[in-house]
Amino acid sequence: MSAHHLDYLDELESESIHIFREVAGQFEKPALLFSGGKDSIVLVHLALKAFRPGKFPFPLVHIDTGHNFPEALHFRDQLADKIEEKLVVRLVEDTIKAKKLTEQKGKFASRNQLQTYTLLDTIEEFGFDACIGGARRDEEKARAKERIFSVRDEFGQWDPKRQRPELWNTYNGKINKGENVRVFPISNWTELDVWNYIRRENITLPSIYFAHEREVLEYEGQYVAVSEHIRIDETDVIVHKRVRYRTVGDMTCTAAVASNANTLDDIINEIIATKTSERGETRIDDKVSEAAMEDRKKNGYF
Amino acid sequence: MDILRFITAGSVDDGKSTLIGRLLYDSKSIMIDQLEAIEKQTKNREEGEIDLALLTDGLRAEREQGITIDVAYKYFATPKRKFIIADAPGHIQYTRNMVTGASNSDLIIILIDARNGVAEQTRRHSIIASLLNMPKVIVAINKMDLVDFSQDVYNNIVIEYANLAKALGLEDVTYIPISALNGDNIVEKSATLSWYEGESLLHLLETVELEKAINLNKARFPVQYVIRPQTEELHDYRGYAGKVISGIYKKGDAVTVLPSGATSTISAIETDGGKLADEIFAPQAAVLHLQDDIDISRGDVIVLNNDLPKTEKEIEVLLCWMDSKPLIPGNKYLLQINSTRVRSIVKDIEYRLDVNSLEKKYGPEQAGLNDIVKAVIKTAQPIVYDSYKNLRANGGAILIDETSNVTVGACMIQ
Repeated sequence: MSAHHLDYLDELESESIHIFREVAGQFEKPALLFSGGKDSIVLVHLALKAFRPGKFPFPLVHIDTGHNFPEALHFRDQLADKIEEKLVVRLVEDTIKAKKLTEQKGKFASRNQLQTYTLLDTIEEFGFDACIGGARRDEEKARAKERIFSVRDEFGQWDPKRQRPELWNTYNGKINKGENVRVFPISNWTELDVWNYIRRENITLPSIYFAHEREVLEYEGQYVAVSEHIRIDETDVIVHKRVRYRTVGDMTCTAAVASNANTLDDIINEIIATKTSERGETRIDDKVSEAAMEDRKKNGYF
Repeated sequence: MDILRFITAGSVDDGKSTLIGRLLYDSKSIMIDQLEAIEKQTKNREEGEIDLALLTDGLRAEREQGITIDVAYKYFATPKRKFIIADAPGHIQYTRNMVTGASNSDLIIILIDARNGVAEQTRRHSIIASLLNMPKVIVAINKMDLVDFSQDVYNNIVIEYANLAKALGLEDVTYIPISALNGDNIVEKSATLSWYEGESLLHLLETVELEKAINLNKARFPVQYVIRPQTEELHDYRGYAGKVISGIYKKGDAVTVLPSGATSTISAIETDGGKLADEIFAPQAAVLHLQDDIDISRGDVIVLNNDLPKTEKEIEVLLCWMDSKPLIPGNKYLLQINSTRVRSIVKDIEYRLDVNSLEKKYGPEQAGLNDIVKAVIKTAQPIVYDSYKNLRANGGAILIDETSNVTVGACMIQ
């Protein structure tokens, strides 16, 4: 290898920073969608590299379903404070009340679908023309198809059959008023790339990513955290388990994995050894149908 | 570890998605739950077999029709390399999506059905590979099991393709007989194809040299964004943020800013959110500081003085048209090259390339979807470019229809 050779993590990092700066250069009112999960934490880390010592040319925006893990919310507020960037939080609860939306019913009633309403309202409220998100193409097969600059119409809808050609590293972010672009700077990263990068850069994560004791419900082979947001039935088996979260979404639709991993090294070893995909192991909401993600994206979801 | 980005191309039903499925499956990159999901969907198959193509056909419409409409990106790694695969559609109407996948690839695998030999889409995809200056081509002659693993069939296709490659100027071509369905020569060398003396496909992918993909000689730094904190302690801070798309920059280097032609010296280089560096090279992202206070904004290109790009208002391009509305000479578009966007007019279409005969048809009145033409474009402001053949990173431009905002053309500047 020559001295002028980039390691794969450096190459991915550089690609992502380039995308961030294209957003800053092409849009008037971008936003970074921040959830407190590891992928959006990596996005913030990359944004620091792209724009410091300047300020971010966008606020952090969190669409709070009300079903988030308290640890993730706490982490979110602390991080925004530490880096001294603006954080906008909008509550799905408020949208439900204002728009008289009907909540899902059932054991694991999820607000996953409803958060799209709050997201679209927030985009309209601030006039965001680009929303940066941490979705990766390796996560799911509809995401594997999406462009890095993904144009959405005024209803936030993705039209998978009419995606713009996206050539080289030349990104076309031109849109009409009312439309917006979803931008995915870590499209080409895999789950393992993200963890390796977190380890290399020594990025701090919420505590729930590491092994901890938790009261969980064992349901169809998955461990769901006991919380006020899920319905506990008499027949349910509740156990104390040592678990960690491989992904962090809503408490109602994210499952934990049994683990003793206390360090990033431990987690990476477990991920290398696992035989189940990230979403397959931890997301309850993807299993609804074969095209669950595609359908949600067509309706304005990330 | 480094990254190899490659694309699979070829006609419909040549087995592209199956090949990728096989690569992922045999390299143990498919997880149990993903496998279970496609097992459930595999219908009307013989027992025990699964349809590996279902791994990449991610859209409902694709699964319904059993075809690939848009590029799917797939990822896998071996201890030697990390791979990013663009699984491109074979249908002619989706050629623009294939071009999208090819533009970011270092290598193309062109699949040929051993029963059919070189087909129209093989030619079209090979032309695109040649237009896009793809550094490396692997021709995978697939479905060898359906021609009794015949060496003669294989040899005839190799001869047929070699003629095409020569006509197109594709220099670095490797041939390999495979059966994607059964896994012959994919990860392991096939025992049945014992007459084949080369390596397995995965071995080729793991070992192919990538030196050509990144040019370290011609230094090009398009400015994407100017960082100006305007705080008290950083009152005079003015950093030019961008990515080195080719070449190497050192602190103290004399530079020219194009298109203005202003000159200065690099006073500092920052990487990594403020860390100072003595040197940066492609494809690193960085922030440059110059000694002199000159007017620089997004779209300007900072270059070293020893090897200047061209700065012109009229360019000749080979153009792949990607819109259903035709390209008519006299039409105006936005032209974007890296971070520069200018108004432009397509002055003239010199010829259209006939995909089958490879002949140049001179004087066409317009260009239609998927046509490849030679054209002359005039821009409102001078653009800073290199010839695509010499420097891929600074020789490709897109055309944007200002009324629909859609990307309608891919230009390889001559």
